[in-house]
Amino acid sequence: MLENSVPLSHYLMLSATLFVIGIAGVLIRRNVIVVFMSIEIMLNAVNISLIAFDNYMNLSNGQIFSFMVICVAAAEVSVGLAIIIALHRNKPSVNLDDFNLLKW
Amino acid sequence: MLLKLTCLIPLFPLIGSIINGFFGLKIGKKAVGFIACGSMTLSFLTSVLVYVGYLMLPEGQHVYEQVVWTWFGASDFNVDFGFQVDPLTLVMMFVVTGIGLIIHVYAVGYMQEEFSYYRFFAYFNLFVSAMLLLVMGNNFLLMFIGWEGVGLCSYFLIGYYFEKKSACDAGTKAFIVNRVGDFAFLLAVMYIFNIFGTIDFTEVMHAAPEKLIYAGEAVTIITMLLFVGATGKSAQIPLYTWLPDAMEGPTPVSALIHAATMVTAGVYMLVRCSVLFNLSPMTMTVVAFIGGGTAIMAATIGMTQFDIKRVLAYSTVSQIGYMFMACGVGAYTAAIFHLVTHAFFKACLFLGSGSVIHGIHGEQDMRKMGGLKKHMPITYWTFLISALTIAGIPPLAGFFSKDEVLYHSLMDGNIIFWGMGISAALLTAFYMFRLVFMTFHGESRVDPSVHPHESPKMMTMPLVVLAGLATVGGMLGLPFLHGWHILHNWLEPVLHFDLANALQHSEHMLHEAGRHAPSWAHLLEPKEHNGWIEFALMVFSTVVAITGVVGAYIFYIWRPDLPEKFTQGQWGFDMVQNKYYVDELYDDVFVKPTVEGSNLLWKECDAKAIDGAVNGAAKTIGWFSRQAQTLQSGFVRNYALFIVVGFISLLLAMF
Repeated sequence: MLENSVPLSHYLMLSATLFVIGIAGVLIRRNVIVVFMSIEIMLNAVNISLIAFDNYMNLSNGQIFSFMVICVAAAEVSVGLAIIIALHRNKPSVNLDDFNLLKW
Repeated sequence: MLLKLTCLIPLFPLIGSIINGFFGLKIGKKAVGFIACGSMTLSFLTSVLVYVGYLMLPEGQHVYEQVVWTWFGASDFNVDFGFQVDPLTLVMMFVVTGIGLIIHVYAVGYMQEEFSYYRFFAYFNLFVSAMLLLVMGNNFLLMFIGWEGVGLCSYFLIGYYFEKKSACDAGTKAFIVNRVGDFAFLLAVMYIFNIFGTIDFTEVMHAAPEKLIYAGEAVTIITMLLFVGATGKSAQIPLYTWLPDAMEGPTPVSALIHAATMVTAGVYMLVRCSVLFNLSPMTMTVVAFIGGGTAIMAATIGMTQFDIKRVLAYSTVSQIGYMFMACGVGAYTAAIFHLVTHAFFKACLFLGSGSVIHGIHGEQDMRKMGGLKKHMPITYWTFLISALTIAGIPPLAGFFSKDEVLYHSLMDGNIIFWGMGISAALLTAFYMFRLVFMTFHGESRVDPSVHPHESPKMMTMPLVVLAGLATVGGMLGLPFLHGWHILHNWLEPVLHFDLANALQHSEHMLHEAGRHAPSWAHLLEPKEHNGWIEFALMVFSTVVAITGVVGAYIFYIWRPDLPEKFTQGQWGFDMVQNKYYVDELYDDVFVKPTVEGSNLLWKECDAKAIDGAVNGAAKTIGWFSRQAQTLQSGFVRNYALFIVVGFISLLLAMF
């Protein structure tokens, strides 16, 4: 356990910055792959804050939880990419705005 | 103990009905007929055993009660599923099972060519079961079950030919008109429970003189309601209109249900509750007036009808009017006596008319009959005997019962009732012989393509038996031999009523309530049986009956042109022939307003107001939905934006 090496606030700021970058990516970009990557960034931002708190509070729950998140993210990637491929087969495009059929 | 068999009596027909109803189509016609008649025979034989058992009861015990199980109970309201055997029940039991058996045998022959033979017998047996429940139940509610049961079976059987619209309508009419009476009956039962805290016959009748004030309001309301119930079931003014229409059913149905048993249920009920009726002189007067009025009115209509079964139907209404008149003057024995003899001769007449209809292939119009005497001798002779009986020719059964009614209406009632009775007797003799002459005598007006034939043995044997009963049935109540009147002595325990005691209790109750009791002394004067007056009345009514027969002879045999002359263009005749326009009146007053009111409710209230409100609400919500649906744009990034915005606003709201 390193005392006073890097304060918690720095980790949290990094985490928040990454999260906002992810949100911005999801909201602004149209490329499906990029949006997908942005989501991954958001997940990892959360992971950073989990580990940081874990370290700060001297617990191990946060680590376990972040492993869970990584697992879920991996699963999500496999499903998400499969969906993207299926979409691409139906409509040769990676532009998110082209896929707007599912509405009233 | 033979009386233990009591509960089997209604059970046999019920079992027969279940077997025939569920398996009738599979087991074939022969088996259906066998089961139907077999169950009736068993029921009849059991009745005989129960009668023997009843005779062996110890001296002084007049009622045997058998509680099969407690039907339901709620705090102090207990209803047993129990039967009671007393003299009145025994009489009714024999009428129902005996005549029921005879008519079942007849129906096996009559219904032979019907497709849904089994359906008929299932209903027929079920009817007998319900009727037995009605006459054997030991409390008002059980009687009501039977009461409704016979009404239901009557509805089924009137509408037996359900392909015919008129039959369906007649069934519905009977059911609905009966409902009016049933409702009143149910109200009466509730009132009785309210006052007595029980609905058991024995207990109510025992407690009545102590709890009800003579001529008081309570007893008058109860008896009036009971009487309204009786008018529905027994086809009296004002609820008689369903019975003539009920002739749409097969003839055995008309004979058993609409002549011999079910329609006399009202009379049975009045006699069963005689103690209550004795306490209310006002109701008694109403009963007598309604009975007498019905007797005359139905008889006049009967004179003008041409449908053979309709004439008999009006005759039934008229004869039941007699019974009610007898009840109304307190001559309950005479009412039951007439009920029994009427069951014999009217069943025979109906079955005879069925035999005629069968013999000329379904024709019911008397204008297309005539001269059938030589073609169907057995039917003719039995029919003639029954017609003489109902006309009141001595020494046949109807003569004695009718004269007893007339005698009591004069002695215990007043001359108005007697006048009504004797005029109805004249009309009865006339229309019955009009029927006989038009059907069996004179020249044949039968369609030449039809060859009339006598009915098979299966049908004529019941006729012979019933005609025999109609001949000797008068033995039950011979006049002159006062004190030897079998039926009177037999029914005495049921009808026993101590007026002096009841009046004493009433006076006591009135005093306690701080009211003054009127003078009732004149009610207690003993009434003498005057044999000479009775004899004179008998001679007179015999003359009247013969006059009626001769009148019919003059009009329909000697001078067949006369009826035409008398009736042509007479507004009075038209009115009677159209049944006093009562059906039209009821149509205008009750049916049409109901139909129009329902139409109004349907078109204005339901279609416009209710549907409008419901559809309007749906439309409003739909409009909001259409506004909201633009949110679902299909762009995933939009949704993501909503999520982010929502999350941020939540955060802001929290801090």
